[in-house]
Amino acid sequence: MQHVRTIDREGKPAALDVAGVSHFYGHKQALKDVSFIVRPASFTVLLGLNGAGKTTLFSLTNHLYDTRHGAIRIFGHDINRDSGEALRRMGVVFQARTLDLDLSVRQNLAYHACLHGIGAREATARISAVLETVEMSERINDKARSLSGGQMRRVEIARALLHSPPLMLLDEATVGLDIRSRAGIMATIRNLVTTRGLAVLWATHLIDEVDEDDDAVILRQGEVVAQGRVRDIVQASDCSSIGEAFTRLNRTAAAEAMP
Amino acid sequence: MSPPPPVTSGTHDSALSPRGVRPGFRQYMICLKGIVLRESLRFLHQRERFIASLVRPLIWLFIFAAGFRQVLGVSIIPPYKTYVLYEVYIMPGLCAMILLFSGMQSSLSMVYDREMGNMRTLLVSPFPRWFLLISKMLAGVSVSIVQVYAFLAVAWLFHVRAPAMGYLYVLPALFLAGLMLCALGMVLSSIIRQLENFAGVMNFVIFPAYFASPALYPLWRIQEASPPLYWICRANPFTYAVELVRFALYGQIEWTSLGVVCASTILFLAAAILAYDPARGLMNRKKEIGGNA
Repeated sequence: MQHVRTIDREGKPAALDVAGVSHFYGHKQALKDVSFIVRPASFTVLLGLNGAGKTTLFSLTNHLYDTRHGAIRIFGHDINRDSGEALRRMGVVFQARTLDLDLSVRQNLAYHACLHGIGAREATARISAVLETVEMSERINDKARSLSGGQMRRVEIARALLHSPPLMLLDEATVGLDIRSRAGIMATIRNLVTTRGLAVLWATHLIDEVDEDDDAVILRQGEVVAQGRVRDIVQASDCSSIGEAFTRLNRTAAAEAMP
Repeated sequence: MSPPPPVTSGTHDSALSPRGVRPGFRQYMICLKGIVLRESLRFLHQRERFIASLVRPLIWLFIFAAGFRQVLGVSIIPPYKTYVLYEVYIMPGLCAMILLFSGMQSSLSMVYDREMGNMRTLLVSPFPRWFLLISKMLAGVSVSIVQVYAFLAVAWLFHVRAPAMGYLYVLPALFLAGLMLCALGMVLSSIIRQLENFAGVMNFVIFPAYFASPALYPLWRIQEASPPLYWICRANPFTYAVELVRFALYGQIEWTSLGVVCASTILFLAAAILAYDPARGLMNRKKEIGGNA
């Protein structure tokens, strides 16, 4: 039995526990011994440039890929050995748009409800609730195709919330959106952390989405180069902001990569 | 978009209480229903697909068959007890053709879903992956059976008919043959990297499977013309799908065909489950499901 890392004296498991995870595409190593935890009711930013390994890590976490080196646990449930229990506790917003454009917002959400075994009557109540949460109630009968990029993202967030997971993974959820849409989505997710105790892992390369009270994990070429409270990372890097710290950490990487 | 929206923490909390139970039989059935419903809705939204699926066999029936019945005689062979018109002979083959195209269409739809990212929403469901794939297959089969019955109805209107009870007896045969072809489509979808490669499936799977079968001409005719081709036909699982449907339309079971179709279904299904298993299959390949690092 593998040891489950806990986060408090009561022995509650971490919302997400990534322990010594490595991943290879053929001979190319995409992740190198990555370890970190996401606490329940916390907002953790997974920060990394394009190609740092964020999406690979997400694909391992939601079991699209198999974790062959290391372990990933969601509230104590190993994603390889107990994937059903782990996936039930997780909502995912993928980097690519994943709504069915030919279906309405309601039909998209109802489909997701079925994929989680939620019956029609309960699904109807949940769909109303989550659409209200993301302020998309008035578009319930519209085809997904007719929505703007920001609106589609909101519906995808609603979909990820539909089965009330205590952990949400969002992979570059604001890429391609305007400032206003980004701000709205960020605020929605942060509010869910404080009001509903949601644990969030937010993958991004956009520094302005990071708050100094957030937890952060900085990935560089598949390796964790810094993790902890953002203000502590800034302080430890001897920088004045997370942007500066992030740039410095990546500049170091670029210098190391030079022949 | 409006300013950052407030989170409604009070009013809907009961509706959003966490799902705390392990899925039981009812949840499995809900999941299956959802996948079948989605496939049906997609089919309904794609009217061109339905029309194409209907027009294709009708062209074969009313143009190709009308011309060929003058040059191709069909002797009395089981399950027929009398001489039959060529249109009647090829009707089961055309039913199987609909299943074949529909199975490949499901495969295309899976490749499309994978490229568009929709496949991910299915694969992150907490239900076992084998169950999700079987559900997806059942959804594809349901849609293809509707297409077959629409074709049979049009053929019936033009007096190309099977015995009345045959329309009922053929249902399980259509289901089994459809399952086999959908499973084959699923295996192919795991191999095809991009939508553009789908043309290859047409050339290397659909056409050879269809023409190297008794769909258009009896096997004894093929044996007379070319023994090697005859053995290719005998090795082709689609041959047995055609014969299973043909005999079922006349209220009979062709046991060899039933055995081969069942065995092929199990084989293709196992291969598909393996291919979509994250531990062993192709999903570990980079960008296989449209992901970036």
